Amino acid sequence: MTMTIETAPTRPVVKPLMQRINWVRAAPFLYTLALFAIWELTVLALAMPPTILPAPSRVFEAVVQYWSPIWKNSLQTLYTTTLGFMIAVVAGLGLGLFIGWSKSIYAGLYPLMIGFNAIPKVALVPILVIWFGIGTVPAVLTAFLISFFPIVVNVATGLATIEPETEDVLRALGARKLDIMLKVGIPRSMPYFFGSLKIAITLAFVGSVVSETVASNYGLGNMMSSAQSQFNVPLVFAGLLALAVEGIAMYALMAWLEKRMTGWAHRSTMAN
Amino acid sequence: MSHLVSIDNVDMRYGGADGTLAVSGLTMRVDKGEFSAVVGPSGCGKSTLMKLVTGLHIPQSGVVIVAGQQVTKPVSIVGMAFQNPTMLPWRTTLENILLPLEIVERHRHRLRANKKEYVEKAENLLEIVGLKGVGSKFPWQLSGGMQQRANLCRALIHEPELLMLDEPFGALDAFTREELWCVIRDLHAAQGVTIVLVTHDLREAVFLADRIFVMSARPGKVVKEHTVPFARPRDLELMYQTEFNDMVHVLHGEIAKARVAA
Repeated sequence: MTMTIETAPTRPVVKPLMQRINWVRAAPFLYTLALFAIWELTVLALAMPPTILPAPSRVFEAVVQYWSPIWKNSLQTLYTTTLGFMIAVVAGLGLGLFIGWSKSIYAGLYPLMIGFNAIPKVALVPILVIWFGIGTVPAVLTAFLISFFPIVVNVATGLATIEPETEDVLRALGARKLDIMLKVGIPRSMPYFFGSLKIAITLAFVGSVVSETVASNYGLGNMMSSAQSQFNVPLVFAGLLALAVEGIAMYALMAWLEKRMTGWAHRSTMAN
Repeated sequence: MSHLVSIDNVDMRYGGADGTLAVSGLTMRVDKGEFSAVVGPSGCGKSTLMKLVTGLHIPQSGVVIVAGQQVTKPVSIVGMAFQNPTMLPWRTTLENILLPLEIVERHRHRLRANKKEYVEKAENLLEIVGLKGVGSKFPWQLSGGMQQRANLCRALIHEPELLMLDEPFGALDAFTREELWCVIRDLHAAQGVTIVLVTHDLREAVFLADRIFVMSARPGKVVKEHTVPFARPRDLELMYQTEFNDMVHVLHGEIAKARVAA
């Protein structure tokens, strides 16, 4: 920044290429390219066989070669993840509001929630399979179970951290609990809620893929585990790549939603 | 009738039978339309006093009477303002000021139908405190002093009979504070509201109040009551007069004594 300002008067009208590029905007793409380049070079330098670590060029080849199964399984994984995530949003918001409602509910349920969250969700998949059989349902439920905890905690925290002065001002006016929740608590917890969606969506992918790997005939998790059993390592990596792309896309969507819905909470960038 | 607030021999203890005794044997009266200030060493139960008068706390013994009624639940005829302006950041300043009207029983049902009348009233208040035209701004776009002015408007919008102020100017710089002293002085003169100001600032107390209560260290009670003799309207120049400084000096001595006694 300061460089441009200092040298501006002496520069000709057309700035050289290096200054016309917005480096901050270009950075994500450049870094991704650099990662792939380093990866490719490492594989070349160490002469890795593709069954251990395929080069990115080989992975992209696999993407083209197996495009149809990758596309179908990606859609399946996206579907189970999104469905589980949406259930988590509804349930998490509801339970979060319930927990944040009163101090005693908060005190009573919080340890239970911690205990529940400490259980590795992969350990629940066999139980879900006993109840619902293999396939879509356990994947959706695992995605739900793993992603709803951060939503609950964040919403409850937003409600539980209302400034006591605000509460006093309103209670002195005769406000009921419901008034305070509607006017202050819920709007206040919204930035926490939307912030937690970014964490929850990535966790939901973890849940659905774990469940698909263990107990499903569809989805990227299943595709990768069968590719692995056939030593088709490039396809495994192609599946990982597909997951990364879906994860980034959903994260970006949640980040956009957060900004859209709770712009007031990002005031440092908006203040004049 | 003459006393708007009357507190009689009140004890207030927090946290069960062996909790801290915040105030003990507290007795004070505030007349209607009067401006009174409460000063004392820190931790003397000034905030407890606020909560007792507004009905947020009910005392274990003794009686608090506000506007002829014993306080057993929150009294909606008060407005409150704290040191922290606690404006809601997702509402504009105007919407923040209108918030009490969405709560108070008497107004909440007619707010929607008479929105225009209430908005006019809020804008009128904004003009009195010197914030004309900022109603559409968000609170975080305002300076600390402006937020505190808006906070005063919010405390007054529902036409409370009693305004309780808990160190509202504590976090402001000296010049802004003096400006706001004049704002609150003029509001008191214009609206005829009864004001109880809890403060650490003795000059603020002497400049603004008709009556000053000095509280002891915890457990708090009123150890001394002063009537401020200076005629109204008072000018900021008053603070450079000998009588004014003498009174501040006397108060200072009393609080120092109350601290030592603790």
